Amino acid sequence: MKSSEKNYHQDYKYGFTTEVEMDSFLKGLNEEVIVKLSTVKNEPEFMLNFRLKAYRQWLTMKEPTWQFVHYPPIDYQDIVYYSAPKVKEKVDSLDQIDPEILKTFEKLGIPLNEQKRLSNVAVDAVFDSVSIATTHKKKLSDAGVIFCSISEALQQFPELIETYLGSVVPIGDNFFSALNSAVFTDGSFVYIPPYVECPLELSTYFRINNQDSGQFERTLIIADQNSKVSYLEGCTAPQFDNNQLHAAVVELVALDDADIKYSTVQNWYAGDPETGKGGVFNFVTKRGKCAGKRSKISWTQVETGSAITWKYPSCILQGDDSSGEFYSVALTNGRMQADTGTKMIHLGNNTKSTIVSKGISADHSSNAYRGLVYVGPNAKNTRNYTQCDSMLVGNHSSAHTFPYIEVQNQQAHMEHEASTSKISEDQLFYFEQRGISREDAISAVVNGFCKDVFKQLPMEFAVEAEKLLSLKLENSVG
Amino acid sequence: MLDIKNLHAAVIDGEPILKGISLSVKAGEVHAIMGPNGSGKSTTSKIIAGHPAYEVTAGKILFEGENLLDLDPQERALKGIFMGFQYPVEIAGVNNAEFLRMAYNSKLKHLGQAEVDALDFEMILDEKMALLEMNQVFKERMLNSGYSGGEKKRNEILQMAILEPKLAILDETDSGLDIDALRIVAEGVNRTKNKNNALILITHYQRLLDYIKPDYVHVLSAGKIIKSGDASLALKLEDQGYDWITRA
Repeated sequence: MKSSEKNYHQDYKYGFTTEVEMDSFLKGLNEEVIVKLSTVKNEPEFMLNFRLKAYRQWLTMKEPTWQFVHYPPIDYQDIVYYSAPKVKEKVDSLDQIDPEILKTFEKLGIPLNEQKRLSNVAVDAVFDSVSIATTHKKKLSDAGVIFCSISEALQQFPELIETYLGSVVPIGDNFFSALNSAVFTDGSFVYIPPYVECPLELSTYFRINNQDSGQFERTLIIADQNSKVSYLEGCTAPQFDNNQLHAAVVELVALDDADIKYSTVQNWYAGDPETGKGGVFNFVTKRGKCAGKRSKISWTQVETGSAITWKYPSCILQGDDSSGEFYSVALTNGRMQADTGTKMIHLGNNTKSTIVSKGISADHSSNAYRGLVYVGPNAKNTRNYTQCDSMLVGNHSSAHTFPYIEVQNQQAHMEHEASTSKISEDQLFYFEQRGISREDAISAVVNGFCKDVFKQLPMEFAVEAEKLLSLKLENSVG
Repeated sequence: MLDIKNLHAAVIDGEPILKGISLSVKAGEVHAIMGPNGSGKSTTSKIIAGHPAYEVTAGKILFEGENLLDLDPQERALKGIFMGFQYPVEIAGVNNAEFLRMAYNSKLKHLGQAEVDALDFEMILDEKMALLEMNQVFKERMLNSGYSGGEKKRNEILQMAILEPKLAILDETDSGLDIDALRIVAEGVNRTKNKNNALILITHYQRLLDYIKPDYVHVLSAGKIIKSGDASLALKLEDQGYDWITRA
């Protein structure tokens, strides 16, 4: 088609880099680096011990190979483990932040200053290894909500960190979580006190800027009894020819009757669409524990970037009557690879889980759903509903599903639905014959396909997510 | 309005299907194209609309003096060409009313007019749906998804009524319709008919032509128009079949 040949693949509009003065460690990892990292950050002793224990365990572990993705071996000594913009103290006023960084976030649509910031969302902005600023601090602290960088939390609320860090994703859980536990530099910390509904949406925006640094952020969210919070993360990175490793760990803890909603819109640089060169390796461990009775954790993810996405936001349903949800849209195009899904671990009685996964693969990409629903021997009267749909765009992409169901008792209800569809030339012709452009047609079909997931996102982000998907698929059909 | 001159066309990398069709349609006219299965009737309509599966190997199509073959399907649609599909595709996940509004707004935008919001469009939609005696549930249902054959056809005519094209080509709109539905659809088509627009009906059956009176009837066989006449030709075909012409 004439109309679709021009500007094949919109340039990744977040691909710029920012010139700022940085304090960075030299490349490489050993115990000295970890001690230095912990010292620079002035961490309590338990934290250093946690890191060293993780590092020693990591040394004994092997990088997993079971996932349905292919990538060249990663040289862990060729990565910078700490990279921070030069700032003397943790800043209270934005005047102390390098204006280049403020501009960067503004360009990304995340203005941090008072006049322009989003009115109903509190944002923690993370630039390479450190948190730059958190907005709306006053309003949150009036409600008793703690929302700050995890580095700051280590100084101010060490007991909370010591109690909960590693309680959902143990140090040695997997290769990348062990690495993260050893070297994580920053991330967000949230604590919602009992009987408080967080008055704002909370959001962290991650930006990788340094070409050689890995991003190892750590997020910990604790919702105490009867509290409620909605949290959103977004991410972008500049366009580089080499790969950046992003190995994050996110832990959520929901106590009795607490409710956590965690949404992700991921748009890391995906590499060159023709050659596959560059892009972010997004190897992330996300897990929530419904520790309390009647608690609820809901994951919503819209994954549209990264050369490789490899993650399974999961729920451990430990408290009786607790429930877990996973709503996912994963889009791959160019040479991207994704292996993503969830694990629902039913341990308590009357626990419920819902999985809705929508995979869209275009161009030469590969998209896999992998999910586990596990029901323990003592989890009576559990329910799971899984819906797993794939959509193929063009003739060179692939979609795969690996569902695992493991039920250890007789009183479980499992439902699993799956479908595969394709955007066909005939569908697009139908739209075009009615005067609708090919681009609008694709976005209508794709957004229709993803509707069940998008409606889970906070309003303004749902609109963003729809636009993002349309933009990505613009020239992938036909 | 439409001038087809010596049109030859084939499936891309495949067999030739049209072998020299010429047809001239003026504003205000109704043409019927009949002919045995496989004679190229649907192909003709798809080529006018610009379906990507076919290529034109010789000849021309002019629409209001402009070379249609230079335009992509969307541009042709915006110029005022509408095709009622023989087999409308099902598109799950896209709401029918939203789809209709997208199409309507594309037209308005093309004409440089302001687009309409969902509420204003609903009034336009209600009026046209009443014309075709369509149930309100069709607003909420997904585009063609799970519709019966007759429902799909009626939905095609609804789209035509909303878009008010200059030239509508209806490809076997009558097949799949029961007698009552046929009457309602045909009345709907007649109401949209005026001296400024034109209609090409592709059909196997005379009964549609009882409701929509053609000015010309053409018989297509093996990729060529082998006979043209007035409405009486269709009656003769109904009575005697195609043999007497194809053998001649």
